[in-house]
Amino acid sequence: MAYNQLVNGKKGDKHFLLGNEAAVRGAIEAGLSVAATYPGTPSSEIGNILSFIAKDAEIYFEFSTNEKVAMEVVATSAVSGLRSFTFMKHVGLNVASDSFVTTAYSGVKGGMVVLVADDPSVFSSQNEQDTRNYARLANMPLLEPSNPQEVKDMVVYGFELSEELEIPVIVRTTTRVSHMRGIVEFGDIKPQNGKNIEGKHYNVGHFIKNPNAYVPVPANSVGMHKRLTEKIEKLQKKNSSLPINQVVEIKENAKIGVISSSSAYNYAYDVAVLDNLDMKILKLTLSYPTSYDLIYDFIKDLDMVFVVEEVDPICEREVLMTVGMNGLNIPVHGKIDKTFPMVEEFNCDIVREGFNKILNYTDTNISFDLSSSLEKIIDNLPTRAPTLCAGCSHRATYYGVKQALKEAYINEDNVIFASDIGCYTLGLNSPYNIVDYLLSMGSSVGDGCGFAMATDQRVISFIGDSTFFHSGVSPLINAVHNKQNFIVTVLDNRITAMTGGQPNPGMPVDGMGDEAPEISIRELALATGASFVRVINPLNLKQTVDTYKKALENEGVSVIIAKSPCTLIKGVNKKPPVKVNYDKCNKCDSCINNLACPAISKIEGKIVVDTSMCNGCSICSQICNYDAFEIIN
Amino acid sequence: MVKDNYSIYICGVGGQGIIKTSTIIGEAGMDEGLNVVMSEIHGMSQRGGSVSTEIKIGEYKSSIIEDHTSNMILGFEPLEVVRGLSKANKDTSLVFNTYPIVPAQITGTNSYPNVDSIVSSLKDNYNKVYPVEGSKYAEEAGNILSLNMVLLGSAVAVNSFPIEKENIIKAMKNNLNEKFHKMNLKAFEYGYNAIK
Repeated sequence: MAYNQLVNGKKGDKHFLLGNEAAVRGAIEAGLSVAATYPGTPSSEIGNILSFIAKDAEIYFEFSTNEKVAMEVVATSAVSGLRSFTFMKHVGLNVASDSFVTTAYSGVKGGMVVLVADDPSVFSSQNEQDTRNYARLANMPLLEPSNPQEVKDMVVYGFELSEELEIPVIVRTTTRVSHMRGIVEFGDIKPQNGKNIEGKHYNVGHFIKNPNAYVPVPANSVGMHKRLTEKIEKLQKKNSSLPINQVVEIKENAKIGVISSSSAYNYAYDVAVLDNLDMKILKLTLSYPTSYDLIYDFIKDLDMVFVVEEVDPICEREVLMTVGMNGLNIPVHGKIDKTFPMVEEFNCDIVREGFNKILNYTDTNISFDLSSSLEKIIDNLPTRAPTLCAGCSHRATYYGVKQALKEAYINEDNVIFASDIGCYTLGLNSPYNIVDYLLSMGSSVGDGCGFAMATDQRVISFIGDSTFFHSGVSPLINAVHNKQNFIVTVLDNRITAMTGGQPNPGMPVDGMGDEAPEISIRELALATGASFVRVINPLNLKQTVDTYKKALENEGVSVIIAKSPCTLIKGVNKKPPVKVNYDKCNKCDSCINNLACPAISKIEGKIVVDTSMCNGCSICSQICNYDAFEIIN
Repeated sequence: MVKDNYSIYICGVGGQGIIKTSTIIGEAGMDEGLNVVMSEIHGMSQRGGSVSTEIKIGEYKSSIIEDHTSNMILGFEPLEVVRGLSKANKDTSLVFNTYPIVPAQITGTNSYPNVDSIVSSLKDNYNKVYPVEGSKYAEEAGNILSLNMVLLGSAVAVNSFPIEKENIIKAMKNNLNEKFHKMNLKAFEYGYNAIK
């Protein structure tokens, strides 16, 4: 499917869409005017697509420097009357949370949807936090679609609900919903709010001043809070009869109930059907504000209830509350009584195992006898972890840092490597072993401040260009101002690489593909007053080693900007690949053991370069003591 | 109710065109009037790690294949087929490319097993094993990048495959760059004929 179908597709069209693609269509159907994000898996594709279609869809779109800025761009658009949309991964909401929580107080005029993609099982994140907690924290409605069709429909409904209640609405997905593909039937496209003016391809709104409603100072905040709780109470009443919450009867007059939502519902449904269980399922879609009436009506005549939900036992506690408040005597099985696991995403096998613990209806231990030769292969499978790409400049920087430490006679055990969020976190693995501590986006610089102050060890921080703009600048100011002594490395590969190649403020292009001012990392670093600021080409190993050796002698904060474009950027010229001269190769395996480059492997005792993969970075030839790598011209 | 089901586990290494192939199968299924759900994992996929997608055709809601229930494993790389065997039972069709992609190795890690021994031990344990010289056919068709279409052809050629060949070809045209249709069709036919 071509992405312009998301803009031009008509009501009734059916497409096989990713959850994230369906989210884009939903926002367009709802009459979206403004969207802003910072990329984060599993929500990244939404921004990539909007970036591509923004002008055709008459939408303003930006990749903001971080999620908090995106939240502010969208909140002010919504309060000016426009329908506005931000989306992020679960931990992105932590960054945005300061403004996010208060948007519920100040409210909106145009609809505002905040899509947050959770990552149970941590496919590409640092934790498994459950965004449903944020709905409770901020007192904000939360919708949980379970498949791409519902993602589209709930984004549309989220905008309606938001505009009706004049507060933002959260749409919570999980990796298995955002990255699920399914059949989606399109609906009509609503006109945008606001008006069209010359020189803008999107509609603009108008902000009507009302400081009592919009300025949360002590004199106003309690009133704002009260208005919010009244809105939520109103929605809570309405939620007991909303058709988006459904009772699905697997068997008539079933005495076992299941309460579920999101991707977990899919597993519960499939197991109940496949195993022909005597069950009915309450599928919650508007899962906050919780309707205790709805839960009570569903459970009151049951023999037992299972709560099937991923990550935290949030719904389970609310079901237990309902049981308690009404003096019912119905067992509730979920995570708290250990029927289901507390961590990781579910699947049908896990849900079946949970049901079976209580109902004891089947043998869940399926085993297959395999021959010893196959067992042996399975037991000794080489791992295939993600690795830095062939020609990636991070590999060169990492090698250069370690070489500089060796030449400066500094033991690595006395150096703390504070890292950050990006491809370079792969430096955790052997042979690099150059990630010792990591908290969040931008944390490498703040962590560097702490380690430099609190220990007698040296500190070298690593942060990517996009992450530096996201939240590395303010801790760098902190480091200089508080007279810390450590090295900050900005791994400037000229793109936001890990999430698929989005632009960032260091590039001369914005989120809609237009020309944009390029912000200089070097000038930012100089402006903080850092005492040593250098830009290096990490693919020049000698320059890299010499620069780090000098920085190790510097007192104060040193900033080294290792600038070299990511090999995945389209249009970056590949340099000619290398080959091995077997007359010179000493079979020392130094290249294999120090670089772990995917283009270099050892096949039947010989070092072999896969020339289709080699990007010609030449680091292997720079480190080889026998000059065995030769450039193919 | 869950009936007329068919599930396909597709596995390989990032960058081999696995998601594109899976989308073509899913879209063709949709065009045939079947319900299709599919699971993909994005993110690190371009960084040389193991990649898999799961396709379930039939009245399913969940897109993750239960252990030992996959009707087909379509492997783009022999080692990754072995890694995916928890989805297989004795009657699962194992269709796979025999050309290995050796992961970056450093001293002390497990070495890559011999491909012939992988194929023969799979044949000893499973009833429907279809090794395909996929990379060779792809190069013959014009470019190694057409490997995914070779393997798609092989998958479609397996008797139990639930979607008509012409619907797959239609979805291919809808999802692939027009410039390479001729090469991709050639690759598809090579793969198809390797099994039929």
